[in-house]
Amino acid sequence: METPAKIELQHVHFAYEDHEVLHDINLRIPPNQIFVLFGPAGSGKSTLLRLLNRLTDFSPEETHLQGKVLLDGQDIFAPDVDVTRLRQRAGMVFAKPVPLPLSIRDNITYGLTLGGRRDRSTLDETVERSLHAAALWDEVKDRLDDPGMALSGGQQQRLCLARTLALQPEVVLLDEPTSGLDPISTLQVEEALFQLRESVTFIVVPHSVQQAARVADRAAFLLMGELVEEGPADVLFTRPKDKRTEDYVTGRFG
Amino acid sequence: MHLTPRATQRIVFGALTAAMVLVIIPLIFVIGYIVVQGAGAISWEFLSGMPRNGMREGGILPAIVGTLFLTLGTAIFSVPIGIGGGIYLAEYAADTPLTRAIRLSIINLAGVPSVVYGLFGLGLFVLFLQFGTSILAGSLTLGILTLPVIISTSEEAIRSVPQSFRVVNAAVGGTKWQGIRRIVLPQALPGIITGVILGLERAAGETAPILFTVAAFFLPRLPHSIFDQTMALPYHLFVISTQVPSMPVQIQYGTALVLIVFVLSMNLTATLIRRHYRRRRQW
Ligand SMILES: Nc1ncnc2c1ncn2[C@@H]1O[C@H](COP(=O)(O)OP(=O)(O)O)[C@@H](O)[C@H]1O
Ligand SMILES: [Mg+2]
Repeated sequence: METPAKIELQHVHFAYEDHEVLHDINLRIPPNQIFVLFGPAGSGKSTLLRLLNRLTDFSPEETHLQGKVLLDGQDIFAPDVDVTRLRQRAGMVFAKPVPLPLSIRDNITYGLTLGGRRDRSTLDETVERSLHAAALWDEVKDRLDDPGMALSGGQQQRLCLARTLALQPEVVLLDEPTSGLDPISTLQVEEALFQLRESVTFIVVPHSVQQAARVADRAAFLLMGELVEEGPADVLFTRPKDKRTEDYVTGRFG
Repeated sequence: MHLTPRATQRIVFGALTAAMVLVIIPLIFVIGYIVVQGAGAISWEFLSGMPRNGMREGGILPAIVGTLFLTLGTAIFSVPIGIGGGIYLAEYAADTPLTRAIRLSIINLAGVPSVVYGLFGLGLFVLFLQFGTSILAGSLTLGILTLPVIISTSEEAIRSVPQSFRVVNAAVGGTKWQGIRRIVLPQALPGIITGVILGLERAAGETAPILFTVAAFFLPRLPHSIFDQTMALPYHLFVISTQVPSMPVQIQYGTALVLIVFVLSMNLTATLIRRHYRRRRQW
């Protein structure tokens, strides 16, 4: 029997105003592994990712969604869904790290204190646990009260990862999380994902095919809003079934 | 004629510098003249005493206290409403004909001559609401005069906070209001404070709006309640400059000096606050 999907998309069509950018997407993402969503720019990867925790609600344009997006079998666009809770269960890390204008410590505890947590020792534990998980603890443990924005780009991105992990999310969505980082910082972020994939479902939009192949357990290839192919990483990156996938991963276009 | 970019730059810089000097020199002259003429009048008695002998002797304490009270009263009415309005326009108001009309009104209100506010205050607060000629009526009138400045500077300051902070707030489960209160407003605060002080500063120096609503010609005592009339510095200055025969010039300039110091120190506070926060801001 198939394990139940963590996230499932059923016949999803998504449009900004009358411009449809996702066409009839069907996808099952199993829990607790790194799922990579790759494809050329403009294919709708960011849109799909933002759909999964409803950040698309923020789009300044009118948007139209058809089909269903399920988290643990529950429709996340159902009217009775608590969007705040959804965004805590499915956290997001953006391409450009955006530390809040707060200290390192307060950046990490921000989400928790929104929910009314005040207890100092819990918060301190969370700070330490999250920073360890994001492989940043050793670098910042002596300056937790410094502004988050004083960190380097690579550190900022791991801070943002730590901020997301502090909420103990079940799903973490990462949109080209290392696109602005140097190779060493990139490896540190990837390493952090590997450490956590037993307990978290990661959905990653990589910034290159090489990174896709490096981190993916499973992957899906998205092209102009169409889901071309989905499967285990070793199959997708070595023996893809679709000619377009093969052309893309071998670098013939993209 | 063909100019190199460098020469163009020189000429433009020169013109701009000249323009700036042209603006600053009269200002320095005016302030310098007032200081020279008025400094001799400044004494403890002048600042803390009641006017005597038809205001030709004694001090200007009631006018100083009156202006302080009016400024405070103006702040109480205009600051919460003004900042609230700024938040509403920046964060909540959709782009509808109604909100466009509101915005247009605010812009136009800022350009209405202050004597019109005075007449409006007379009609609404003094007569219709029967507050009488009082600190309450004067503060409300000045409050309305100040509102457009506070609303538009607050809106501007709030809008200038990067959108990405709001998205991050939502992405970690914050409600819109939580993001505004905990991230956006603290970041917008220096801009808001600057706008508030500039607005209050204008109110403190106005004569026309208080003329019919609160200002007393000669009332040598401190106000007892918000329903009292009071003297106020700008109006007092007007009175002793034009309405009182054989007025010692030194007292006139001394009063002007006190008013200018009052307004400039508010201005300086705004500048210092802005500088303090600028240095801490990281985006
Ligand atoms: N907020 C938006 N409003 C309108 N169109 C958008 C918006 N965001 C993305 N798009 C369009 O949707 C398509 C997919 O974009 P995106 O999801 O960012 O793709 P990717 O992340 O794969 O580059 C593009 O054609 C883009 O122009
Ligand atoms: Mg993208």
